[in-house]
Amino acid sequence: MTDVVKNIFRFVLFLLLQAFVLNKVPPLHQFIVPYVYFLFLLWLPFSISRMALLLIAFAFGLSMDFFTSTPGLHAAPCLLIAYIRPFLLNLLLPQETTELSYVEPSLKSMGWAPYFVYVLILTFMHHAYLVLLEWLQFGNFLYFLGKVTGTTAISIMLIFLIEMLFYRKAKYRTNIA
Amino acid sequence: MRNIFLFIRRYLNFLIFLVLQVICIAILVSYNKTHEAVFSNVSMEVTGWTDKQYNSVESYFRLKNENKRLVEENNALRNMLASNFSGPDTSKSFFIDSLIKDTTGKVRKFTWLPAKVINNSISSQTNYITLERGTKQGVKKGMAVVAPGNSIVGVVMSTSENYSIIMSLLHRNSKVSSMLKKDNNAGTLEWDGKDPLELTLKNIPKSAKVVKGDTVLTSQYSSVFPYGLMVGRITAIEADPSSNFFTLKVRPATNFSAIQYVYLVDNLLFTEQKQLEEEIKKANQ
Repeated sequence: MTDVVKNIFRFVLFLLLQAFVLNKVPPLHQFIVPYVYFLFLLWLPFSISRMALLLIAFAFGLSMDFFTSTPGLHAAPCLLIAYIRPFLLNLLLPQETTELSYVEPSLKSMGWAPYFVYVLILTFMHHAYLVLLEWLQFGNFLYFLGKVTGTTAISIMLIFLIEMLFYRKAKYRTNIA
Repeated sequence: MRNIFLFIRRYLNFLIFLVLQVICIAILVSYNKTHEAVFSNVSMEVTGWTDKQYNSVESYFRLKNENKRLVEENNALRNMLASNFSGPDTSKSFFIDSLIKDTTGKVRKFTWLPAKVINNSISSQTNYITLERGTKQGVKKGMAVVAPGNSIVGVVMSTSENYSIIMSLLHRNSKVSSMLKKDNNAGTLEWDGKDPLELTLKNIPKSAKVVKGDTVLTSQYSSVFPYGLMVGRITAIEADPSSNFFTLKVRPATNFSAIQYVYLVDNLLFTEQKQLEEEIKKANQ
């Protein structure tokens, strides 16, 4: 399975998972909404160009919005994390080793600590921006903070659950593929 | 000129990022402000189709409760059948006329249509409900949506050929004119986006004698909803000393997480009323 086909599968799968499973979860608390759909963007290959990344993120976010009928609400934070992702990877990765030998970010290709930081920062930015957009007309700051922290914690937990359940074999990049 | 091109080339990614961000914010703002359907009918048909497939599986899990509710409603309707009532024999005979205009001069104001709920959310601050019934089946923008048991659900916001989207009461921009059953004091029903089991009723004057547990109904001032439908019960009373109005917390009568079928209510006299009100507004300007 080539990377393109695999990622198209993930695109659809993450959308359906978010729209029909996680968005249907009855609210446990007003702060908590489980979000993991943006993990698709974190799992895109290293080699993808920055412009392509932005366009994919926009399309992905907008498709998510089709399901929740909130145009732009998910697309904007998706764009933000897609824009920041390359900078963050540059910071976190030892140059010239990982990026060349592995295809995509994962626990194995980056190592526990850098991968955790990578996921944490992008998740936090995504939620902070999303909740900010949602609450712009509102302005209850404590509420904003609580919701961002609550959702981030739940998302991180879900993301690492997914990482453990669906162990991705970190593919070594070869000259053939 | 060359420098400009160099600049654009250098910051191309950042510029694209900015442009797309601006597009996002623009559609978000315009959508929220006007509640117009920015999304094309095509996208609604596609997501509607997916929702329908999902719902065809999910509805089995709720079949039992839904049946129970239907039986109860059937029972209530059966009890209202004319054959259940008998009066002393008189020379007059009654019959029910299904014409739009009946002989006593009454005009039909509301028509009701059943519809199936195929998508529903309660977890965000802007909750929408998708119905499998669209313009082809007689749905219009601005129709009221009522759950079985006569409790209100929301208002139709946009429609495509076969689907329609409802702004549920659990939407930060939803506003419904409602009143206390006890003394007909009317106020505005809103939602603060926090707890799906708690609506807010504003603008009830402090002269009203409100008690916890009082029933709230739709008021006569609401041009969308028929008069006297169930809204919910009061769970908390907040009296802000700086204003003359109560802020009441209302627990909705509708169970938003388990709606399966709803009724769409069309106010046939809506345009006439609005037209008249617009004329007055214009005359006063």
